[in-house]
Formats: sequence, structure tokens, C-alpha cells
Amino acid sequence: MIGEDDVRYVAKLARLRLDEDEVARMAGELADILSHIDKMSELDTAAVPPTAHVLDVANVTRADRPRPSLERSEALRNAPAVSDDCFRVPRMG
Amino acid sequence: MDALRLRAREAKRLLVDGEISAAELAKVYLDQIDRVERKVKAYVRLTPDNTAKYSTKVDREMQAMRGPLAGLPIAIKDNMVTEGVTTTCASKILHNYMPVYTATAVRQVWDDHVVMLGKTNMDEFAMGSSTENSAFHPTHNPWDLSTVPGGSSGGSAAAVAAGEALWALGSDTGGSIRQPAALCGIVGMKPTYGAVSRYGLIAFASSLDQIGPLTRSVYDCALLLQHIVGRDRNDATSVQLPEPVALPAAERLEGVRVGIPQEYLAAGIEPGVRARFDETVALVEQLGGTCVEVSLPHTEYALPAYYIIAPAEASANLARFDGVRYGYRCADPADILDMYERTRGEGFGPEVKRRIMIGTYALSAGYYDAYYGRAQRVRTLVRDDFARAFGAVDLIASPTSPTVAFKAGSRVDDPLAMYMSDICTIPANLAGLPAVSIPCGLSDGLPVGFQLIGPAFSENLILDAAHALEAAIGFDAVPTFRDSGTAAPAGWCPEGAITYHPEDAQS
Repeated sequence: MIGEDDVRYVAKLARLRLDEDEVARMAGELADILSHIDKMSELDTAAVPPTAHVLDVANVTRADRPRPSLERSEALRNAPAVSDDCFRVPRMG
Repeated sequence: MDALRLRAREAKRLLVDGEISAAELAKVYLDQIDRVERKVKAYVRLTPDNTAKYSTKVDREMQAMRGPLAGLPIAIKDNMVTEGVTTTCASKILHNYMPVYTATAVRQVWDDHVVMLGKTNMDEFAMGSSTENSAFHPTHNPWDLSTVPGGSSGGSAAAVAAGEALWALGSDTGGSIRQPAALCGIVGMKPTYGAVSRYGLIAFASSLDQIGPLTRSVYDCALLLQHIVGRDRNDATSVQLPEPVALPAAERLEGVRVGIPQEYLAAGIEPGVRARFDETVALVEQLGGTCVEVSLPHTEYALPAYYIIAPAEASANLARFDGVRYGYRCADPADILDMYERTRGEGFGPEVKRRIMIGTYALSAGYYDAYYGRAQRVRTLVRDDFARAFGAVDLIASPTSPTVAFKAGSRVDDPLAMYMSDICTIPANLAGLPAVSIPCGLSDGLPVGFQLIGPAFSENLILDAAHALEAAIGFDAVPTFRDSGTAAPAGWCPEGAITYHPEDAQS
């Protein structure tokens, strides 16, 4: 069962700031959703292999050759803050 | 020129015969947008300067541009990046994002000289079934403005249904093309996973997402699909279809065996939807096909598995929205962790947060095996169900959505009720299978969708069968733009996001 402390912990993992109203609402909603999801535990899946990808493709490789990519100015174009041709971020806490 | 009825096939003939110019054709849609967009709100951004300039260019260079799609106006879902045109995913966190490259599927239709009309509204990051989760504004169903158009490609579906576009591109992770197509009375197809490149499709759940067409006929669907499929070196999961997409011509269904999965009809299908479905199944037999019951015994576990797998993948994919490289950044962050957390807390809407939370929880230490690991195994069981069924039948038929378009606001506070909207469409995504929805009649004046699912790479069989059925159904109703009440809730609206925007994207 998921409670408000679990919600705060998971929100921290997800780097998601939730206010106290959201924490309370989220705890109720996630509990509902997870109880529906728990239906899966009716099945014995121990012997079933997992599916991560539906196509039967093996590793897709290519030659390791450099090719043109984005100009620096293009890569920085959408940045909220830039300095010295780099993404600018606040100091580490 | 009737924008509500014109199909790409006829528009193409008019263009080639010189009965209409590309500029005049574009104007048909721009005029219809002027008439109805304030009611429908299908678009998040119109690009009229691009439309005018590019359609004129097609006219001027008609000889050189006599490609099969030249001059045919299209709407693009706003989760496909378009260089020079803001791409938002209908999210506050990307409200100002200006892509520096173009999605492969969009590039392919641009290279065929299709004319872009604008970018369409959607549920934020394609998470939703009603287009009410857009950060900007909800979209209204042109059949009844008080109902939802479905989602998440609700803007693309409503634009086509309302005659605000000749056709459109959408994306489908758990039904996001087929369900809005059904609720808006048009054709929508999710191709086999990998058939269309996902390069430049802003990722929601990478093992499920697929781009596909929303059109006014099955023929148009095939025509557009022909031009977006193919292996792309920028998407390692894309594949070449074993045979090219053919334009459908079938009128009969002789020898085609259609399976009716009892589990899909077991619960929750509205009587009106069931009635139209049963009539369409009867048409399959009249056309020479055979219908048999099949069983997909793990159907009831598909939705729970999907609501682990899709959020798990989303929680990883959406980690990139952190206020560093693009998009929204919170004001005056104290330090970098504060910036990450507040940017994401302020930038994402409630449903996106919900799914990030479910996904992060399901992947966290101690829960991985119970949730994500188990969901992947259930996914195998769902695939095996289909594989067994396709040993006995060629196609599987079901209603696309258990209900017709529902009232705006009626499910926004009940996530599980909203998730149930996709109960008939999610299994095909889990198994990577192609599926189409075609309109099969009305119930209470609202469209009902008929879904055909086929084995991997059976696009041509699906399209042929859908084409024969489409003619037999003879669906020719058009939306009335009536409004039976209930205003939709207002959304967050960034300055300038929903205005006409002069841009020259497509050169």
C-alpha cells in the first residue's frame, strides 16, 4: 500500500516537486491505480520470458565513423541560460 | 469545395487535372479553419504563412513537384519536431521549444511536397484519451462540442473530421490514433511497430510509440502510409516492411477469416456501440468473409501491464526535461536540485506527473520484479494470445472504443475510468501489431469505430479488408458542430502560444 511518505520518496527520486495537496491526492490516486495493476499477480508468470521489444531484431550496429552533427550555436539555441558557449545552471547545492 | 467531405484521392485528381490550384486547395482549409477553429480548437499552432507560401511554390513548380502528394494540406500532431516551428507536446515545459531538426516522418511528407497547415493539440506528452490534458486548451469534438474528441491525437482527429485539414499525422502508444479516429468518425491507423521511424517523435513509451495516419478514407490512409514507412538509420528500431504498402482496391472479403475476441465484448461495451459492431460483423459475412469466435485470454491483464510499462518508459524518457537544455525553467532556483524539482513540478501537468510517479515507483528498488518485471512477462502472454489466434484467423475485429465520445470533464478526475477508454486498443500496442479504426455508423448521433487488428506487417491485408468494409458500410455522415452543453475547463495558456504565427518552415 502506498502512503504519503512513499509518494514523497518517489517524487524525490523523480526530481519532481509536489506540494502537500498534490502529495495527498497522489497517494490516493496511485493506491487506486496500483490496486488495479495488482491484478497481474493473479497470473503465475515465473516460467514466462519477458518481452522488452516486440521485433526480432538483434543488435543494430553501424560503422564508428564521425559525421556532422549540430552546430554548437544550434545545440544552445533553446537553452534557458548560456554562458561561454555552455549551458549555464545554478550552483550545486 | 466541401472541406468536410473532400478526400485526398479526389483532391489529388483535381490538382493533377488543373481544376484547382494548390493555393486554392489550401484556402479551402484555411477558410474552414476561420469558420470553425474557434469552436473546435484542434490546433495549438497554425502556420498560415507557411501554408500560403508553400502551396504557391507547388503551383509555380508543378512540373517538378508532381509527386503523388504534392499540394495536399496536412496537420501534424505537436509531438513531432518541426524545424522552425515551435513543438510543445502541449506541455508548459516545452511551450517555447524551437526544434533544430525535423522528424523523419514529417520530413518524408515535406519532401513529397505536402503542405503543412499547423501543429495539432494533444494530451500533454500524449498521455490521455480525451485531449483534455493539454496544457493549453481542450479540443472539442466537432460532432458535439460538449464531448471530447478522444486522445491523445484528438487535435489531429478533430481537425480532419471538422474539415480543418485534408488529413493528419498522429501517434499511437495505447490507442492514441485509433480511439480519437473512432470518436471523430474518421479512419486512423497504427502501423506495425517499427514500420514508421520514431526519429523526432518526442518519446513517451519507446517500445510502444508509433506514428500513423488519420484520414477521411481507407484509400487516403494507405496513400499517406506509403510515404511515411521505411527503415531510418536514425531509428535503430525501424524496419523495412517486407512488401510495399499497396493502395487498397478490394470490394469483397472472400476467404478472409475474421476472429471476434469474446474477451473484448465481455464488459463495458455500450449497447449502441455493440449494435453497430454486430451490424459490421454481419457485413463481413455478406462480403464473403467468415467470422469466428476467438479467445485472447489475457486481455484483462493487458491494461494493468500497459500501465506499468508505459509509465516506466515515460519516467525514463521524460527525465531529459530538467530546465538545462531547452524548455521551461523555474524562476530564481536556489541550487541545481531546486531547479530540477521545481522546473518539473511547475512544468508538467497532473497526468504526466501521475505517470512519472507510477513509472518511477515501478522501477524503484524492491518493486522492479513485482511490477516492471511482471508486466514484461504479461506482455509476452498477450503476444502469445495473438500468435495463437492468428493461427486460426487472418484478422481480429473489435469495437475501437467501448463508448462513443464522452462529455468533456466527465473522466478528468477519475484516472482509472479514463484509462479504460483504451481497453480495446492497448493490446495491439503491447504486441506491436498493426490495427486500423474505421467509422461504422452512429450511436446517439456520435460516431462508432470498428477496429481491425492483423499480424505484424499485414498492413496490406488490413487496408484491403477495411476498404471493402468501408464501401459496404457507406458511412457518409459529417459533423454538425452542435453543442449540447457543458463548458470544458480552461487550461494554462502561455503567452502567444495559440496565435497565428508567421513562419517559413517548409523550404
